[in-house]
Amino acid sequence: MSVAAIFVLVITISLLTGLFFLHGVNTFLIKTIQEKIDITAYFTSDVLEQNILQVKDELIKDAPAIKSIEYVSKEDALKVFNEKHADNSVLSKALTEVGDNPFLPALNIRTSGDPAQYQEIANILNQPQFNDLIEKIDFSQKKDTIEKVFSITSIVNRFGLALAILLILVVILVVFNTIKLVIDASKDEIATQRLVGASSWFVRAPFVIEGALFGAISFVICFLIAGLTAYFLAPTLAIIMPGFNLFIYFLQNMLLIILIQLGGGVALGVVSSFIVIRKYLKA
Amino acid sequence: MIKFENVTKIYLPDVTVLDDVSFEIAEGEFVSIVGKSGAGKTTLIRMILGLETPTTGHVFFNGQDIAKIDSVELQKIRRRIGGIYQDYKLLPTKTVFENVAYIMEVNGRDNEEIEQEVPKVLEVIGLKDKTNNFPDQLSGGEQQRLAVARALVNYPDVIIADEPTGNLDPYNAYEVLSLLEKINKAGKTVILSTHDREMINKLGKRVITIENGKIIRDEAKGKFLI
Repeated sequence: MSVAAIFVLVITISLLTGLFFLHGVNTFLIKTIQEKIDITAYFTSDVLEQNILQVKDELIKDAPAIKSIEYVSKEDALKVFNEKHADNSVLSKALTEVGDNPFLPALNIRTSGDPAQYQEIANILNQPQFNDLIEKIDFSQKKDTIEKVFSITSIVNRFGLALAILLILVVILVVFNTIKLVIDASKDEIATQRLVGASSWFVRAPFVIEGALFGAISFVICFLIAGLTAYFLAPTLAIIMPGFNLFIYFLQNMLLIILIQLGGGVALGVVSSFIVIRKYLKA
Repeated sequence: MIKFENVTKIYLPDVTVLDDVSFEIAEGEFVSIVGKSGAGKTTLIRMILGLETPTTGHVFFNGQDIAKIDSVELQKIRRRIGGIYQDYKLLPTKTVFENVAYIMEVNGRDNEEIEQEVPKVLEVIGLKDKTNNFPDQLSGGEQQRLAVARALVNYPDVIIADEPTGNLDPYNAYEVLSLLEKINKAGKTVILSTHDREMINKLGKRVITIENGKIIRDEAKGKFLI
């Protein structure tokens, strides 16, 4: 019976740990996508550099959400293009045929990734005083993609949370019932203890301590499972998500994981024992 | 010390186990409660222990209405009562030593005292060699002696013995009875519930006779007359 209680607790805590790992993967994915999102304002080809830098200063002043803002001159843009396509003769030939530098000076802007912040920047750039300077803003082209990414992550987060709450509730009920079976086996003993005058705490203490022990043993098992899973799964995950190492994530968040596992396990064991035994203390 | 005041107990739907029962037991008395099986003896004892509440009427222990006190107070009263039961009510997962020690722990006695007292008690009742045995490794007589030791170890004010000799051979039954007499002589109140005619007649103490939930006789030096 004790083995059953520990087994159910191990499943519960592993589930909690699994959700924590998923949260790590999710956060990493969102961050990666957000880092890839930017907004570029292309200026007309004859605009002066000082005017562009003025716009840059104004943006920094009016939009504090900006994480980085980079001025790319016509020349820089051409240089980057040439470097990028050095071994592509067709593109180089096409560029020579155009004759003049076809690239436009631009401001490359990044924020923390929230679409609302991009919208705010787009609004500033769309002000009438900049109309003559700015050729185009490529935000509207990316807008749909940005919003789609955010709506998907938001749905995933909400759905994940709802599923997690549901699963945890189900598992808590299972833990509760398993502990109930453990204590049910001792109901005659509890009745005798009450009959000879044992106080509620005197009867309750061994069962609550047993519940805490179940939780602590489950923690040790789950911690090992989580550590080994993170260690062996890390290389595979790194292939799918370059830059994300599950084992390093595990090590970096070890204290939090210990807190979730030990706290969750002991709290579940203790609270279940506490509630179940109340029934028998009424006699 | 213990007072029943117009106590009636009806189990739903309409089984009357005790019917308007009133009596009083003074401190230091030895009272036997006799009656056929199903007469209501056990219900009466369960009421003293607060395991049953009267449908109407009151049961008092030292002036406290047992049905009205809170669980902390009830447990305090139970600690002043030593119980000996036909089914022994020993703790099966504890050894002989632990079964006796547990009662002392419940009463807040310290470890040193427990280590000293328990072996003495086990020697007196002849279970010193079985200190580390579990109840299911003891004979019926030995289990009953252990139950007696447990009831006495805390020097309770009242001993309640519900059919204490029901499972014992005449020799062991006599042993238990003489132990109860000794306890009573030491000033403790003893309430003995039995349907052992010979035992009651030998005692020559107060006898309350119950039949169909009613007290039909209450005599200071009673006999088993049913």
